[in-house]
Amino acid sequence: MLYVAGVDVGSTQAKAVILNEQAHVVADAILDVEMNMATAAQQVFDRVVETAQLTPEDIAFTVATGYGRYRVTFGDIQVTEISCHARGATGEFPRTRTVLDIGGQDTKAIRIGDSGEVVDFAMNDKCAAGTGRFLGAASFALDLPLSELGPLALKATAPVKITTTCTVFAESEIIGHLAKGHRPEDVLAGMHYSIATRCASLVRRVGLTPEITFTGGVSRNAAMVALLEQVLAAPLNVSSRGHFMGAIGAALYALDHARSGQRRATAQEVAS
Amino acid sequence: MTTNILVAGIDIGSTYTKTVLLDATRTVRATAIRRSGYKPAAAAIAVFDDLVANAGIAKDDVTYISTTGYGRYMVPFRHAQITELTCHAVATSHHFPSVRTILDIGGQDIKAIRIDEQGRVRAFRLNDKCAAGTGAFLEKTARYLGLETGDIGAYALRSQAPVEISSVCAVFAESEVINHLASGIAPEDIMEGAIVALSGRATQLMKRVGLEADFALAGGMTHNAAMVAALQSKLGAQLHLPPNGLGQLNGAFGAALLGLRRVERLLAEGRVIAAPGDASAIKARRWSTYVPQAVAAMSA
Repeated sequence: MLYVAGVDVGSTQAKAVILNEQAHVVADAILDVEMNMATAAQQVFDRVVETAQLTPEDIAFTVATGYGRYRVTFGDIQVTEISCHARGATGEFPRTRTVLDIGGQDTKAIRIGDSGEVVDFAMNDKCAAGTGRFLGAASFALDLPLSELGPLALKATAPVKITTTCTVFAESEIIGHLAKGHRPEDVLAGMHYSIATRCASLVRRVGLTPEITFTGGVSRNAAMVALLEQVLAAPLNVSSRGHFMGAIGAALYALDHARSGQRRATAQEVAS
Repeated sequence: MTTNILVAGIDIGSTYTKTVLLDATRTVRATAIRRSGYKPAAAAIAVFDDLVANAGIAKDDVTYISTTGYGRYMVPFRHAQITELTCHAVATSHHFPSVRTILDIGGQDIKAIRIDEQGRVRAFRLNDKCAAGTGAFLEKTARYLGLETGDIGAYALRSQAPVEISSVCAVFAESEVINHLASGIAPEDIMEGAIVALSGRATQLMKRVGLEADFALAGGMTHNAAMVAALQSKLGAQLHLPPNGLGQLNGAFGAALLGLRRVERLLAEGRVIAAPGDASAIKARRWSTYVPQAVAAMSA
């Protein structure tokens, strides 16, 4: 049996998946990147191998992607996360022509051609506004876990407009709104709306061609999905494994290499 | 004469509320500083209480109150409100007539101001949209390193080899700081790196108003020796710093100076019915009248 792995080392979380020969996900693993990306990559790989009840020797090919992909010491090759998200998204939703990936520290809009190739992309990795970190600020200010933000925002009845762009200033703004007596759900709805409009303008820069697939950790947030669909006036494909899309794309590239008969590079070759 | 005139300037900033009390000879009689918090009007009232207590006077002894800063309209007991650009210009020109370019680094904004020989504002550039390049950038970096804001300067001065902080965004700089710490870089080298990054962004803003000498620095950063050194090295010139610890109080000092000018003009124009030396008639809005309104405004 042939197995391949994709490891996506993001700024906030490291994700890994193992695919079998039929490109089915046999295991996935995720963990927070604390201090060291190289360690996080190794740990998430060990964990996914263990979950799949395999050993590292069973993995025919490993592709690393994400912000920390060059810190992955055991991978065979590195592929950019733009290519991996495009590959992962078209793998599950073949008619995808636009990908929106909202991660912990960056947001990408990718346009995909008819044969699945990346035609254009726009990226925000210079400013935390419109990235997952904006929600991180809300989580900090409201003292709520990230997973509870979306469900709470959906209960809003009188959303508050968030006027600051900067994430640092937004944190103060949230506390100010709460001090004035606004309810957390209404403030949260405003935060989500702010991210949605910022991401929508990024998507428009590459062209809003259907179908649109939403990937990245923030795609698990139901309020974000609902608001983006409203702002973009278009339905979004969202995978139950949306936050693994980069890792799945990386594993699909690994499968190409494994199928074309390339052997796994030895440790010596990787080092040289 | 006008010797019993006392003018207060209150600068309600995003992070701190500062106040200065001046007498008719332009001598500082008292100062007070508090964190602004989320109710600027309450902070202004509290800091004014501190000011009169520090001066050992009654509230009604204060002839005139001018406000500045982003919260200047939120103080109901003010006589006048003045933009902080004008206040910094007037205060700096009072201390150093030769200054043409002022840099004010605040908690949530940064300003570069070009002034003329009369201390009038000729041009300015402002960043209040993004925490990069403001005091918040240093405060956040200090927080990750477990430092108090007041200790930043002394700590950074110990640095032997400042590390480069390449993130523009204050939020993303956090990850960079964590990565540097993980790779064993000394905290003082990271703190100094953040100061160097901030000084670079600040001098860029100064260039956009012309970078005409002499230069002055205003705001809380004047008390940060590492920041002053980094800016001077980037500019290749000395920075004038407000004397007697007035750096953070520069805006409030300017507001008080402008308030005093107005009081003098009102008196000179004879618009006051009172005899010389009696300033009571120009108290168009007495503190005692306005406190109930201030309280009502806060609870509204």
